[in-house]
Amino acid sequence: MTVQTERAPSGPAEASEPPVKGKGRPSAPRKAGDFVPYLLLLPAVAATLVFLGWPLVNNAILSFQNLNMRQLIQRLTEWNGIDNYRDILTGPDFWRVTGRSIVFAGVNVLLIMVLGTLVGLLLARIGKKMRVTLMVALVLAWAMPVVASSTVYQWLFAQRFGVINWVLVQLGFEGMASHNWFGTQFSTFFVVTLLIVWQSIPFVALSLYAATTTIPKELYEAAALDGANAWRSFTSVTMPFLRPFLYATTFLEIIWVFKAFVQVYTINAGGPDRLTEILPVYAYIEGIGNQHYGMGSAIAMLTIVIMLLLTAYYLRIVLKQEEDQR
Amino acid sequence: MKRSLFGRFWPNATAVFLVLVFIFPVYWMFSTAFKKTTDIVTDTPVWFPTNPTTQHFKTAINADNFWSFVGNSLTVTLLAVIFSLMIALAASFALARMRFKGRRGFIIGFMVAQMAPWEVMVIAIYFIVRDADMLNSLVPLTLFYMVMILPFTLLTLRGFVAAVPKELEEAAMVDGCTRRQAFIKVILPLLAPGLMSTSMFGFITAWNEFPMVLVLNKQVEYQTLPVWLAGFQSVFGNDWGATMAASTLFAIPVLLLFLYLQRRAVGGLSDGAVKG
Repeated sequence: MTVQTERAPSGPAEASEPPVKGKGRPSAPRKAGDFVPYLLLLPAVAATLVFLGWPLVNNAILSFQNLNMRQLIQRLTEWNGIDNYRDILTGPDFWRVTGRSIVFAGVNVLLIMVLGTLVGLLLARIGKKMRVTLMVALVLAWAMPVVASSTVYQWLFAQRFGVINWVLVQLGFEGMASHNWFGTQFSTFFVVTLLIVWQSIPFVALSLYAATTTIPKELYEAAALDGANAWRSFTSVTMPFLRPFLYATTFLEIIWVFKAFVQVYTINAGGPDRLTEILPVYAYIEGIGNQHYGMGSAIAMLTIVIMLLLTAYYLRIVLKQEEDQR
Repeated sequence: MKRSLFGRFWPNATAVFLVLVFIFPVYWMFSTAFKKTTDIVTDTPVWFPTNPTTQHFKTAINADNFWSFVGNSLTVTLLAVIFSLMIALAASFALARMRFKGRRGFIIGFMVAQMAPWEVMVIAIYFIVRDADMLNSLVPLTLFYMVMILPFTLLTLRGFVAAVPKELEEAAMVDGCTRRQAFIKVILPLLAPGLMSTSMFGFITAWNEFPMVLVLNKQVEYQTLPVWLAGFQSVFGNDWGATMAASTLFAIPVLLLFLYLQRRAVGGLSDGAVKG
């Protein structure tokens, strides 16, 4: 939490802001020192415009071109208007992949949020020693580099000598001996989902636990005085307090899972038979793998539009939270 | 009695189970890396490397170009983090401490940039870098990574800068420091923990980045560790010992950083969140 300190009677370039509702605009620059903030921001803004803005613009430009291996080698620019978009939007593949991506993100985010919240609440309930142990475990899972954890999951689920198949056989599922986890769409998605959920729960759980520690004890005492049982005090004290946090985190997770390129690509490269490609992987394999660069750019463009909508929604939630805090 | 049993036993039992669930894959990576191959390819898993070997680490380190991958990864990651810290520090100071037109717009802009789907932009980036004749080089990677981690770095640092009491700075200036001296002598030392945890997240992002290297640097001597690790299996087939040793080598720097800074990291995340 940042605390706005009081204004100094005679400070240099002013810092702290009086709480302004809505569109309070500071007055226009008056003195020479007023361009200082812009000067300080210049490198960051310039770098972002060049290295993020230009690829975005270039992506849009490429998406209106017929650009394949031949054009790439001969360095030709062949405009084909909205052909790429028309082909994509009228063909079945894109919609299939989009639907798949939405279901995939939905399932993952639901699991992450529900389980993450439960683990976070559990952290608040257990003793200190146990809590620290569990936190360390969570941090370890969280910190694993994604490529490394993908590799480890491949080993856990390996057809031969994989520990998961062995455990399942011990539990009486004889048919799971030498089971190939990456043979079908559903089963591959199952492993990818497990990997993503396993790595994402820690962030939600730890942040949520941190948030619960800020709930004033008085609220619970008051609820207890009013004769609320544990469940009642949870629904009327804990949940309202955490709701804004949960909204924002949910959207953050949706955006992250939607972009889960590395996990899907390293676990099974979108296979078997391209059945586990989600949008970013689809754009990559069409564009780079199959060398239809124009098409790939158009798919990327559509993906970016979807992501922007999600991001806008997330920002709305976050900014509304900020307004409420003032 | 019943109440205390419920109140004590189940939460702890669940917690123990969760510790196992979250630790096990990490443990399995480590233990496999140290097991003899005969203990890896068994019908019944060997749970603990009773006679450990460093053979698999030797295999991984002796793999072609290993040290060049390490060098590239370190160079690109560290430079990207340092550059983005420098740029972000200046910007976060403006956003946390000054009032000016469009301040909120800048903040929202960086929040949008933080969500940028880099994974989807590799095609466009490929053509930009090709036209600049910079394929197979570490320079574009460094610059793109710098911008990739910049929004997060900037927004997080802004929270830390805002948390430093202004009075300290003013007191230093009353004592005759210039604004810059006050910044260097008073604020920067207080920001050190914030700088550390912020740069850690930047480090991890850049350390892990993988699609861009794959597309921009086809030549092996310009590739980084994630690409090496992802391609490791195709080279070593089912040599799980070597693959796990390679994963361990790749994960160790990050795991150590994370454990060392974990308390601060979690706090820092919430501190640097959205504050106007």
